[in-house]
Order: sequence, then C-alpha cells, then structure tokens
Amino acid sequence: MIQMENLYKSFENLEVLKGVSLRVEKGEILALIGGSGHGKTVILKHVAGLMKPDQGRVCVDGKDVYGLRGDELERLRSHLGFLFQSGALFSSLNVFDNVAFPLRENTHLAEREIKEKVLNVLEQVGLRGAEDKYPAQISGGMIKRTALARALVRNPEIMLFDEPTTGLDPVIAHTILDLIKSIHKDLGFTGIIVSHELSRVFQIVQKVAMLHDGVILFVGKPEEIMASRDPVVRQFVTEALRLPPSAMGIVDQEKKPHGKG
Amino acid sequence: MYLRTLGALSLMSLRRTGRLGLFLVRTFFFAVTPPLKFSHLLKQIQFIGFQSAPVIFLTGAFTGMVLGFQGYYTLNRFGSAALLGPMVALSLIKELGPVLSALMVTGRAGSAMTAEIGIMRFTEQIDAIKLMGLNPFRYLVVPKFLAGILALPLLTAIFNVVGIFGGYLVGVKLLGIGEGTYFGEMSNHVSLKDIVQGIYKSLSFGALIPWVCCYKGYYVGFGAEGVSKATTQAVVLSSVLILFWDYILTSALF
Repeated sequence: MIQMENLYKSFENLEVLKGVSLRVEKGEILALIGGSGHGKTVILKHVAGLMKPDQGRVCVDGKDVYGLRGDELERLRSHLGFLFQSGALFSSLNVFDNVAFPLRENTHLAEREIKEKVLNVLEQVGLRGAEDKYPAQISGGMIKRTALARALVRNPEIMLFDEPTTGLDPVIAHTILDLIKSIHKDLGFTGIIVSHELSRVFQIVQKVAMLHDGVILFVGKPEEIMASRDPVVRQFVTEALRLPPSAMGIVDQEKKPHGKG
Repeated sequence: MYLRTLGALSLMSLRRTGRLGLFLVRTFFFAVTPPLKFSHLLKQIQFIGFQSAPVIFLTGAFTGMVLGFQGYYTLNRFGSAALLGPMVALSLIKELGPVLSALMVTGRAGSAMTAEIGIMRFTEQIDAIKLMGLNPFRYLVVPKFLAGILALPLLTAIFNVVGIFGGYLVGVKLLGIGEGTYFGEMSNHVSLKDIVQGIYKSLSFGALIPWVCCYKGYYVGFGAEGVSKATTQAVVLSSVLILFWDYILTSALF
C-alpha cells in the first residue's frame, strides 16, 4: 500500500506540490493524470524516495520512506520497479545486460537462471532477438520496452510508471499498456501510472487521481471522473479523450448520484 | 548591494566546499566498509591504470630526455656534469614523476570519469541504480577511488623508470657521460626516503583525482552543456589541487 500525506515540495521559488494526499491500496493501480509540468513525476520520485518532501510524508507498506536508513531504503527499493520516462537504460550495456543488471547485482542467481529469466521477460515485451543491441541502436519504443523488462524482471511488489507510452506510435503504446495489464494480472503489483493515454489507461486502472497546480482535484474510479463537476477536470478529460463537449454533460446527468470531484 | 553579493558568493563557496568534503567522507566510508564491487574495481584499474600506461610512458621518456639535456647544460657550467644521474632521478622521483603522472591521468581518465558520471546523472541512470536497491557510491565512485589510489603509484613508477632511461639516453649515449658515473652517482645520492616521499605524493594524487572528478560528475548541471562545463571544471580543479597539494606535501616532507 502507498500512502502520501500532505506533501509539499518547492524548487527554489516554484511551489510544485501544495499538500498532496493520496492512497493506493495493495494490488491496485492508480492513474495519475494532469497537465505537463504539474508535478506528476515529482510525486512518483517522492514515492521512490528519490526526492524528499519539504513537508508531509510518504509511507510504503506502512513504512515512512524518509524514516528509513540507507540499508532499509535499499531493501525497500529492491521490491520496487520504476519505469522512467526516458527509459534510463545504461548506455554502456546491451539490452540483455541492461535487463540482467538488477539480477546480477542484487541476487545470487546462477548465470543460467538469469539468462532464462531475462529471455523470458524479453519474450513478454516482444524483444527476443534484440538482446545484443545497445540503447543507441534501438528505437524509442524498444527503449521503453527494455526499461519495462528491466523493471519487471525482479517481480516487484510496487511499480511506478512514468509516462510509459509518451512518444510512441499508437500500436506500440497499446502493446505496452496491454502488457502492463496482463503483468498486473499475473503479479498483482501495486502501481501508479502517469499517462496521457486516458482512454486506454482507464481500462487497466482501478482508480484515477487528477493533479492540477500542485493539488489533487479528483480521486475516484475511472467511470466517476466523467461525472466530475470540476470545470478543470471536465475540460482536461474532454480534451484528453477527444470527446465532444456534450459528452461530459450527458455522462454528468447519468452519473450524477455517484459523482465525486 | 556589493556586500550582499559578496556574502552570497561566500556562502555558496562554503556550501560547495562542505559538499566536496562530505563527498570524500562518504566515499571513504563506503570504500572501507564491505561489500566491495571487486569486478568494477578491476575494470577501473584497467581503465585508469593500464590504459594510461602508453601516455605515461611517452611523457616519462620525453621528460627524462629534456631533463638530460637541461641538466647537463646547467651542471656542466659548474663542472658537475657527473651528477646528471642523481639530478634526473631526484627531479623525477620526488617531483616531476608524481605531479606529471597525476596531471596526465587527470586529463585522460579524470575527465572521462566526470563525463561518465555526469551523463549517468542527468539521464537518470544513477536514479535507476538507486531504485535497484544499489548504492551508487559503492557502484560508481568507490571503484574509481580505489583504482586511482592503486594505479597512480604504479604509473608514477613507470614514469620514473622510463624518465631515468630517457636521461640515460641523452646523458650517456648522446652527451658522453660514463654509464657507471650516471648510475653510480644516482645510487649514491638517491635514498629510500626520496622514493617514499614520491610514493606518498602519488598515493594522495591517486585519491584526489577520482574524488574531485567523480564529485563534479555527480553534481553536474543539465544537458550536454552541463557535462562539458563539469568536465572542464573537474580537470582545472584537479590540476590546481594537485599543484597546491604538491606544495603542501613538499613543505611538510622537505
């Protein structure tokens, strides 16, 4: 379970998070949506312990991430997978070695078992045959899939996806989201996914949160966001889903009793 | 207004110096506590040590040959050309060997360390290492730090031996000093203490280069410009600190 309580974060004079509180239950995936530059990645980095809040706290499985000492934090992170927006692959290693890296460094598995696991996960992401290629030799979609394979190879209990489909063509974007869905079904990880592919993402998540100007404007089920009364939420969802303006109104009337926002 | 700017600059310098000091403390702490990434250490010894050997060889040879010419010219004026051997050896062992080797390693390997860590930093590769439950200090900085300490005295030894041979070629084969005189006087005047002083210097330079260069890479700015600026700063700062620390050690060990 991931719980954020009243997070505040500023960079020099720019206040990015202004009291964010969110809760993701065990085995649940939350879609974090909102405009670019509103602090979605900053939230993910707080959950992973890569950034320290000015105020507030983040608990993962009941443990305060910032109360953990070096070794404890490393242990917590070894159960966590993070798919970076850029992929963050090691440029000096090929696809196979990138995916094998966390297993070689963090486990005592024999090389034969590592090879088996890596080839298996590369098969899942559709990258068999590209094992010997270096990050500079593969496309953006392949980089994202390699990064996804690297994040998933340790069977993490918590997964954080930072825009896994940005910059990809619709076919590969859908493949990646379908893959996340099927792996979630198999592993049952707890996750947060930052994405602008709302129509597809809404099919794989159990909860949606919208971040705007440093505060959470909406938290609820994907179908409930359509009924939100908040004009900012309505406008964002309408434009992101490319709905006709009347669509939100129609849904609004139909779903009114359950609406949150 | 000026006073405020001066105050802000002083505070910034103080903060950076403190951060540089803390970086060394953390590096040292992780270097002396297990586990040590032995395979990474070997790789770094190969990169900092073995791959620097050709450039050290060439620099050592030319430095020794120049010392042979200059030393002969100066000593001959005072009728002491027989002391060319000890002059070349002492200049190399106590001063030029450690300092020039360190400057060459800074240019060849130090700049590469800064660029490597800097690029890993801004492309989030260091964050990725942290999120795999690994410590980036143990993985990236400590192997370079230990490899520097191990490799630099050995490179300096190569520099000195090749330099002495360069001086021999010029002094003995070209200018006609006796072979026995060159090496005999050298063994009379060079003591173990001189050699130990040179080793102290090269050991400390071996720690200084990875410390400064890794620090500059770890706290790099953004993008290609940030990396190029950090690399330049790393080479300049390391070189200045090598010369400064050389003066301090020479005064202390004189």
